[in-house]
Amino acid sequence: MNTVGYKIKKGILYLLLIILALLCLLPFLLMMINSTRSGVEITTGFTFIPSSHLKENWEQLFKFVNLFRGMGNSLLVAVPATILCGYFSSITAYALAMYKFKGNKLIFIVNVLFMMIPAQLSLIGFYNLCMTLGLVNSYIPLIIPAVAAPGTVFFLRQYVQATLSPALIEAARIDGAGELRIFHKIVFPIMIPGVATMSIGAFIGNWNNYLTPLILLNNPEKMTLPVMISTLNAATDLQSNQGAIYLGVAISVIPILISFCFFSKYIISSISAGGVKE
Amino acid sequence: MAKNQVMTKSKQRNRNNVAYLFVLPFVVVFLIFSVYPVLRTLYLSFTSYKGFGDPVWLGLDNYKRVLTDKFFWRAFGNTLKIWGVNIIVQLGLAFLLTILFSDIKYKMRGLPIFRAIYYLPNLIACTSVAFLFKTLLDWKYGSVNQMLISAGITSTQINWLGDVNIAPYVISIVGAWMWFGNSFIVLMAGVQGISTDYFEAAAIDGCGRWTRFFKITIPLLKPILLYTCITSLIGGLQLFDLPYLMNGPQGGTAGQPNGVLQTAVMYLYKFGFETRQTGYASAIAYTLFIIILIVSIIQFKWLGKED
Repeated sequence: MNTVGYKIKKGILYLLLIILALLCLLPFLLMMINSTRSGVEITTGFTFIPSSHLKENWEQLFKFVNLFRGMGNSLLVAVPATILCGYFSSITAYALAMYKFKGNKLIFIVNVLFMMIPAQLSLIGFYNLCMTLGLVNSYIPLIIPAVAAPGTVFFLRQYVQATLSPALIEAARIDGAGELRIFHKIVFPIMIPGVATMSIGAFIGNWNNYLTPLILLNNPEKMTLPVMISTLNAATDLQSNQGAIYLGVAISVIPILISFCFFSKYIISSISAGGVKE
Repeated sequence: MAKNQVMTKSKQRNRNNVAYLFVLPFVVVFLIFSVYPVLRTLYLSFTSYKGFGDPVWLGLDNYKRVLTDKFFWRAFGNTLKIWGVNIIVQLGLAFLLTILFSDIKYKMRGLPIFRAIYYLPNLIACTSVAFLFKTLLDWKYGSVNQMLISAGITSTQINWLGDVNIAPYVISIVGAWMWFGNSFIVLMAGVQGISTDYFEAAAIDGCGRWTRFFKITIPLLKPILLYTCITSLIGGLQLFDLPYLMNGPQGGTAGQPNGVLQTAVMYLYKFGFETRQTGYASAIAYTLFIIILIVSIIQFKWLGKED
């Protein structure tokens, strides 16, 4: 097997994989370098050597938007939404998997049905509802719907069925534990790996969500990070200094890059798990 | 034991009643924020609702208008074109990588690190990716043209986002750049679920790499392939963020140049949230849904059929 031809072929294949990896990383590298260069420098050509205009770009950018406020707002939406999604999806999934009650099947079927329905179908009705309830410019319609996440419930229901032994619950009942206490003390800890997997996905989805906050939030004070970034399109004084635009994008991207270094293993296993739903 | 069984019946009923309490928050929120908006959109699609006042019943008029609205069909065609090229590149790349990393002859290493790097662009918010590429692809000062010129690949600047013949494919490629890592992970997870015994037995029987691929990998991957195709279609027909932000100097629903970047959901957004023809926008949403439904059923039948 270890002929020269085999080794050369294998070398070429690795080279191609590395080139593809560089293509994935290059835009981020250019972004970081360009955010340290002045608008004039950027017009003269590209380079891989950072320049010294980071501070000017920073000042110009923050005169226009306060991205840290956007980040704070995004956290204010994404953290509670993720917690609600994790907790209520688990308790719902547990009830659907382990209890026999009227309507169990119906809830499950409607749940699966809504996994297939594209979001744009409810967009107008959703906005209409928020208007009626006076929830425009409020975070409530961005957070509370996380209580009912069909995809997460579906996944966790399978998870409970695969990992939880009914005998364990029976034993706890004989010991006289209440149903809610059983869920909190025994079931939830067992579900934690599955919940963590789904929560990472939920957090990223909430953090990056654009269309829903775009239609609901028009007060600049309340805008989440993606909506705030999108307002750079209208910033004509910034358009003359691309360095500031690059910096704005960089500030929005860097927290994700850093957290990815720590969580990549979990994130990737969550995607794999989502794919093997069959 | 006997005493236990007498008690069980009534206890069990009580116990199962607790389950109603457990699912209650889910059901209430689900009805308010998922079911109601979908039904409300359906109702509004039959009315002339303009965002205020009482909706006036129009029957099927809005749907008749959608079917004959050539701008809707243009936007729909644009979406298909952008999505079609995107999915070919994205799934093609993901498939090639899957074949390579599951090859029993080459036994490529480093899967975790490559997979992580390829997946990275997925995590970045679409808005940030849109701005990053809009700036990098700027025809005058963008780094991409500067690199191509200094490498001698082209002598004049390419107007990536301003040329009607190039711009749609630029969006497709940026989308593929963002999402191929996700498709790769999903497909790879599927292949790793297939026992290597199959491949080794087939190799001993003298089957080549491509025979193994078409006779073992593809048939066993069918459920995941179906899942990937349907989710990508649902996602693809909803394409909004990238073209909305990357078109024209300031983004928006016009889909410049010349409307070639106007996707179906941008068109919906224009009526729903800019010109406030809410009823008409609702009919657009349902027309799109019906199209997605029909195509999904066809995909199910086609990919799901037994050989």
